[in-house]
Amino acid sequence: MLNFLATIGHSAISKVAGFGRASIMMFHALCVWPQPKTSIPLIIVQLYNIGVKSLLIIAVSGLFIGMVLGLQGYTILVDFGSEDSVGQMVALSLVRELAPVVTALLFAGRAGSALTAEIGLMKATEQLASLEMIGVDPLRRIIAPRLWAGFISMPVLSMIFAIVGIYGGALVSIEWLGVYSGSFWSVMQSAVDFHDDILNGVIKAVVFGLAVTWVAVYQGLESIPTSEGIAQSTTRTVVYSSLLILALDFVLTALMFGDI
Amino acid sequence: MQQNCIIEIRHLKFKRGLREIFKDINVCVPKGKITAIMGPSGSGKTTLLKMIGGQLQPDAGSVKVDGACVHDLARKDLFSMRKKMGMLFQSGALFSDMSVYQNVAFPLQVNTDLDAQLIRDIVLLKLQAVGLRGAVELMPTELSGGMARRVALARAIALDPEIVMYDEPFAGQDPIGMGVLVSLIKKLNQSLGHTSLIISHDIQETLSIADYIFIMADGKMIGQGTAEQIKQSSSKEVQQFINGNPDGPVPFHYPAVDLLEQLMSKDR
Repeated sequence: MLNFLATIGHSAISKVAGFGRASIMMFHALCVWPQPKTSIPLIIVQLYNIGVKSLLIIAVSGLFIGMVLGLQGYTILVDFGSEDSVGQMVALSLVRELAPVVTALLFAGRAGSALTAEIGLMKATEQLASLEMIGVDPLRRIIAPRLWAGFISMPVLSMIFAIVGIYGGALVSIEWLGVYSGSFWSVMQSAVDFHDDILNGVIKAVVFGLAVTWVAVYQGLESIPTSEGIAQSTTRTVVYSSLLILALDFVLTALMFGDI
Repeated sequence: MQQNCIIEIRHLKFKRGLREIFKDINVCVPKGKITAIMGPSGSGKTTLLKMIGGQLQPDAGSVKVDGACVHDLARKDLFSMRKKMGMLFQSGALFSDMSVYQNVAFPLQVNTDLDAQLIRDIVLLKLQAVGLRGAVELMPTELSGGMARRVALARAIALDPEIVMYDEPFAGQDPIGMGVLVSLIKKLNQSLGHTSLIISHDIQETLSIADYIFIMADGKMIGQGTAEQIKQSSSKEVQQFINGNPDGPVPFHYPAVDLLEQLMSKDR
């Protein structure tokens, strides 16, 4: 019994200690005097690695999800004779919910795992230790640009997902199922509010971007420097950030739309 | 010998889990000399280098570099202090996304305000010193292990540091590479006048260039002196180590229960 309690206690303490280390890492990486001359080129490289390289999977997924929404929405709404509202349904589903959440889940799988593996491998091959010995802080050189790139690229990717998804929905609804294009776009335009829908969707994407990148870089830094250790950390990144995204999504949705 | 220590370690104690890595380590690395710390694998030599570089914190005792206590330094001061040091890692630790040129130029680009032309000249001179000027455009994946180590050495001395630390510089080298590295470390020490600290278990090569040698085993220093003093040492532990005898006071086997007892136990 005592051993069981001790195990639970040990596990809880190590989780809290891990959260503390992750917070300190974030503080040291971001709360520093800005050096635009060195930081901006590093952030641009990471924006390409994290953001641009995720673009294809985000755009293709957005297209198909928008097409499925258009198809499903039409088959339900046509029963009530309100198939003209399919544009509203597709846009609100994407902008409020699916674009930030699905983009973040794909981002965790595509960019988050790559970040963890890259940093873990840098640790295993002593590149991080080597940076330290050259007098360069890895938190500023390696971690900070990746964190900034994650925060910046997630909302942009989420918006691209939503835009491509809406066009996917329009393609199916208008071109295939014969919904009148005028009503598709006008109903959408009148139903979607910039502040309530678009801005809240962007806020969600920023929060998810922060969560995924934070988990990914921390798991990379904390990985055991072996091939098995890096594999475990990469898996943890995808699992933890996916769960975190879904939990945060509920909290944010409740805060943003819970007063209805 | 004990005067003018650029690195001074006093009563160092360090544990990893339940295992005592350092029980009471005292080391003085004299300025401008080649000092070697030798010992069997797993004796904590690399851990000692990490302590000197401030990458690990001791449980007790002190590590001073040029008079400053490494583990008491603020983060910013620690990074400033590291600019005085160059370190050759066991694996080379080259940045995999940079070419040979970029690897060697990196410390100069981030730590100095030198213009690109001057950095280029310094990089070429450093690569010339290690015999790899012709490999300037190669990527680390295109280098052999020995070549990567030599590029890492060029990078370690790029800033002309006061102290250069070598972590197992001879491990895995072919005889030519080994000979080149031995003479290179000696020549660099003489021509640049820096302090060299070599961590190694290659006895002949290390004894041939080191001015002073420490031998550590089981968490403590078991012997120290010049190469000649080490060879003449009456300590059984030192003799076992330099002659490579499996039996002696330094255990070859990791602590375990009796073999017969384990073989006959019911848990097999």
